[in-house]
Amino acid sequence: MLELDQLVKEFTGFRAVNGCSFTVREGTITGLIGPNGAGKTTLFNLIAGALKPTSGSIRFNGQDVTGLASDELFHKGLVRTFQIPHEFHRLSVLENLMMVPPKQQGESLFSNWFAWGAVQRGEKVVARKAWDTLAFLELTHVAHLPAGHLSGGQKKLLELGRTMMTDAKLVLLDEPAAGVNRTLLRQLEEKILILNREHGYTFILIEHDMDMIFKLCHPVICMAEGSVLVEGSFHEVRNDRRVLEAYLGETTGDAA
Amino acid sequence: MELIGLLNYALFMAIFIGIYALLSLGLNIQWGGAGLFNAGIAGFFAVGAYTSAILTSPAADGRLGGYEMPFYVGWAGAMLAAALIAWPIGKICLRFRSDYLAIATIGIAEIIRLVIKSEEALTNSARGISSIERPFGDLPYVSSQAAFLGIVLFLVIAAYFLVQRQFNAPWGRMMRAIRDNELAARAMGKNIEYRRLEAFIFGSALMGLSGAVFAAFNRSITPEAIDPMVATFLVWIMLILGGSGNNKGAILGAVIVWVIWSVSEIATDQLPHEYAVKAKYVRLFLIGLMLQLVLRFRPEGLLPERTTGVTRPEDEKSQ
Repeated sequence: MLELDQLVKEFTGFRAVNGCSFTVREGTITGLIGPNGAGKTTLFNLIAGALKPTSGSIRFNGQDVTGLASDELFHKGLVRTFQIPHEFHRLSVLENLMMVPPKQQGESLFSNWFAWGAVQRGEKVVARKAWDTLAFLELTHVAHLPAGHLSGGQKKLLELGRTMMTDAKLVLLDEPAAGVNRTLLRQLEEKILILNREHGYTFILIEHDMDMIFKLCHPVICMAEGSVLVEGSFHEVRNDRRVLEAYLGETTGDAA
Repeated sequence: MELIGLLNYALFMAIFIGIYALLSLGLNIQWGGAGLFNAGIAGFFAVGAYTSAILTSPAADGRLGGYEMPFYVGWAGAMLAAALIAWPIGKICLRFRSDYLAIATIGIAEIIRLVIKSEEALTNSARGISSIERPFGDLPYVSSQAAFLGIVLFLVIAAYFLVQRQFNAPWGRMMRAIRDNELAARAMGKNIEYRRLEAFIFGSALMGLSGAVFAAFNRSITPEAIDPMVATFLVWIMLILGGSGNNKGAILGAVIVWVIWSVSEIATDQLPHEYAVKAKYVRLFLIGLMLQLVLRFRPEGLLPERTTGVTRPEDEKSQ
């Protein structure tokens, strides 16, 4: 479904992503782990079109999508969340969700003036979906609050909620668990599994919560210094010596 | 006699409030809706004023036009011309972030002003264009003013409803989302460049209409009328005071600021001549002070932006 080939992103004098290649199969939940600064989020930005790669290529569903802008990728079925929440702060929480569905008739000036009835019917459908999503995320009580007033954890949930407002094929989740309370986290995991099994969503998940990675992800990819270090099942990756070294630094034993 | 004078003054003031309300609504689409810092309102106002002047005034030697068309053709032409000129400007400038856009649009408005001031064959340079057709201009003075006010009111109300519809629709929601967070709006599939251009052109067309109404009301237009102080910055103060993002606020701001602006002019004109000249600057100071107070104590304006409310389907049934 997604093929990365020798992807490189160079910032002045520094390669954040350095020859990264891997393939994501349809229907999987791929976990992306690695120490801070390994290039995970930069890689997400490349896949989602927020950054253009210096070199290398990205194929999505058999099409070359290297360098496409994120709005074009969205329409191909690729949706992402942000590690630092990017809510629309002056829009209400409900509006944050309702703006997501693509090709709404009411996005045309002409339709709003001359086909208001059809626009309102469309709004009803979008509103229902948004209220359902809010109910799932337990955000119903803040629906009419400006999104900027939410807590950090609630903003994270809203990020996830946006991906549920569209028919995505591949969803990139950037640390969905950070700042979310434990109870809600279990539900979040469940919802991701449902979306994966019943709705056919494919996920790539950046996460530091190993519990979540263990429960959801196969395969798991560990990145370090901008490229893939190890790929395999959770246990294979966890027991790999190179992964330990990447997290803890060189453990040659002479430190004592 | 005194009463008639007062009535005339009220009509005169109301017409100007209407002209400014159109500008303020236009700016509200651009700034309140899309977050575009257009500091060149005077430029679009001027394009509208001169387009309608060329279309509706009688033929004259040595300059373009004098087509003697009916006023509504001139006004529609003004909106079209302002929209057409907004297109290439937007195409180039909307890629800048807000403060750079402000600088670019100030520059463009100044270019437009200088072109108007110096192009004899197009705009009759400093002397301007006169004998512009004014609807109901042949009636006696008071009735003519009242009828003109009727037209202006109609335009403001129509513009209000047309803009308000968009603000209540998914279009407005999308524009505010783009304004709040460009990166996320793009990630949610919105075509930022295209949408910004749409809002920029829409707002500019209203500004062009305002210019046409202004020119018709005065029956003439000269380059002095497009001074950025009164045609750009006064409009900004109106919108910020009234409440950017709120169309009622945009109109309320036009009312309040114009009343203060023109009543203070009467007050300063009562002063002896040597003070009256100086007092003109006190008016500017007054307006600036008001802006500071609003930004300090009520930055959201008198009527703040509102989110669109959609009730839950369950609640709808129980009602």
